[in-house]
Amino acid sequence: MAQATTPETMAAVAADIQAERAALLQRERALAAARRRREKLFEWAVRGGALLVLLIIWEIFGRQVNRALFAPPSAVVAAAAEMLGSGELWQYLQGSLMVLAIGFGITLLIGIPLGFAMARSRTVYYALDWYIDAFNSTPNVALVPLITLIFGFDITAKVIVVVIASLFAVVVNTEQGVRHVDARLLEVARSFRSSERQLWTDVILPSALPYIAAGVRIAVGRALVGMVVAEFFTSVTGIGYLIVRYSNSFQPDHLLVPIVVVMALGILLTAVTRAVEVRIAPWSRQAEDK
Amino acid sequence: MTTETRLAPSPGAAGAAGHPKMRVERATKLFGDGAVIAFENLDLAVGANESLCIVGPSGCGKTTLLRCLAGLIQPTVGRVLLDERPVTQPSPQVVMVFQHFGLFPWKTVWENVTYGLKLRGVPKQQWEARVRPYLDLVGLTGFEQMYPYQLSGGMQQRAGLARALAVEPEVLLMDEPFGALDAQTRELLQEELLRILEQHRKTLVFITHAIDEAILLGDRIAIMTARPGRIREVIDVGLPRPRQIEVCRQTERFAQLHAHIWQQLRPEAAAAVR
Repeated sequence: MAQATTPETMAAVAADIQAERAALLQRERALAAARRRREKLFEWAVRGGALLVLLIIWEIFGRQVNRALFAPPSAVVAAAAEMLGSGELWQYLQGSLMVLAIGFGITLLIGIPLGFAMARSRTVYYALDWYIDAFNSTPNVALVPLITLIFGFDITAKVIVVVIASLFAVVVNTEQGVRHVDARLLEVARSFRSSERQLWTDVILPSALPYIAAGVRIAVGRALVGMVVAEFFTSVTGIGYLIVRYSNSFQPDHLLVPIVVVMALGILLTAVTRAVEVRIAPWSRQAEDK
Repeated sequence: MTTETRLAPSPGAAGAAGHPKMRVERATKLFGDGAVIAFENLDLAVGANESLCIVGPSGCGKTTLLRCLAGLIQPTVGRVLLDERPVTQPSPQVVMVFQHFGLFPWKTVWENVTYGLKLRGVPKQQWEARVRPYLDLVGLTGFEQMYPYQLSGGMQQRAGLARALAVEPEVLLMDEPFGALDAQTRELLQEELLRILEQHRKTLVFITHAIDEAILLGDRIAIMTARPGRIREVIDVGLPRPRQIEVCRQTERFAQLHAHIWQQLRPEAAAAVR
């Protein structure tokens, strides 16, 4: 054997390769960070530009329509300043946010465990799946008159509307998430002699987490709809009532303020759920990192 | 088939205690109400600290056989024995390395590698001492806090290997562990596995469809035929250890074995693509 490869030289080669890989990885990460910064800049430039274009079009169009029917953004801003100054907006928004928070809290508290139960127990699944589907596909507005009939006009009725609007998105997504756990990973866990409880904490829960987060994102939107619709029907409080009142009095500039607020709330809450998702499920950032 | 007689003279099969470490006894596995026969009337034994490679065409039931050895499924007929005791569920002495790596995407390298220790209730303070040598061995030190998706395929399988070794099993079952890797990475990992097994002797059952891999890693090679799977022949490799891939490849024995095994597999492989 003249110059055969010895284990030592092979080990050295392997070590070299590893060092090289580590350096490469470091560079990759620096590049990725720079790429992300550029991406952020681009993102906000586009967002700002789109908003500006929207406002300009709205302003031009809004000025040509009868002031009793529609208002341009400049008028809406003035109305908003007035409503903020008088405390009116905050007063009505407060009640709405309370309804939203309670209702959405109940949705999470009931929806996630219910989704798990439906995925893991055939009994629960067969008992409930028709009704889940029924509620999930019925326009919830249909139920609001009935709910006010039973629960009256106070906060209870509104909370129930919010729950009904948002609950089933969470249930259905959680159930799907639990069902879609990778069978191969379940087998890995079994081969390592995982107990049932450990199977849940190590495999099923984390695997379902991105699905649950998606369900929660959908549910946020539906909860907002539920909140506004409930207030249309039921109350003399809340942001929905504000919409109805200014609509009836032909003040579109004031009417548009709560609408924009609800929209902004939708954007904000969706962003928050996304951020929470990244925090609790960093591995699902996969696509962004690459 | 005459597998029994061919199996008998192999020195490794006996093992120190006078019995094979693991044994498959006249096992048949049927799927789908018997419509599919994964393997039929199969006998196989692997001695303590012996490396047994199983080669065969795709779909010959190799993986099913390995899952039976792991205790993940039961043969429809026949038995699997570990130290002469029937295997009915995964054993703590046996651990598996998967072709798909089997890493949990939501766990970091560290959490993946310590997974087996956690399940076994090993106190957290001991993890570092237990895991570090294997992380070093597979070159993963420095990558502990990364998630699997941030690693190359080779590094992911190194983590899979470290996770398996960390529980210090007596038997290592490997299901085409390097099958999903590119040729260069595959060769590096074969080299590493040889080195690791020289430092930590273990009973190894290694499934592959790569003939050269089987020769390089195995003390014996079982050639498996396609459905219904049977062991066609068991061959002693007879290459001295410690082995170096480059050296092994150039021996006449390697060429002979390669030609012989390919002759056995060729009709099977040809039938599979037809």
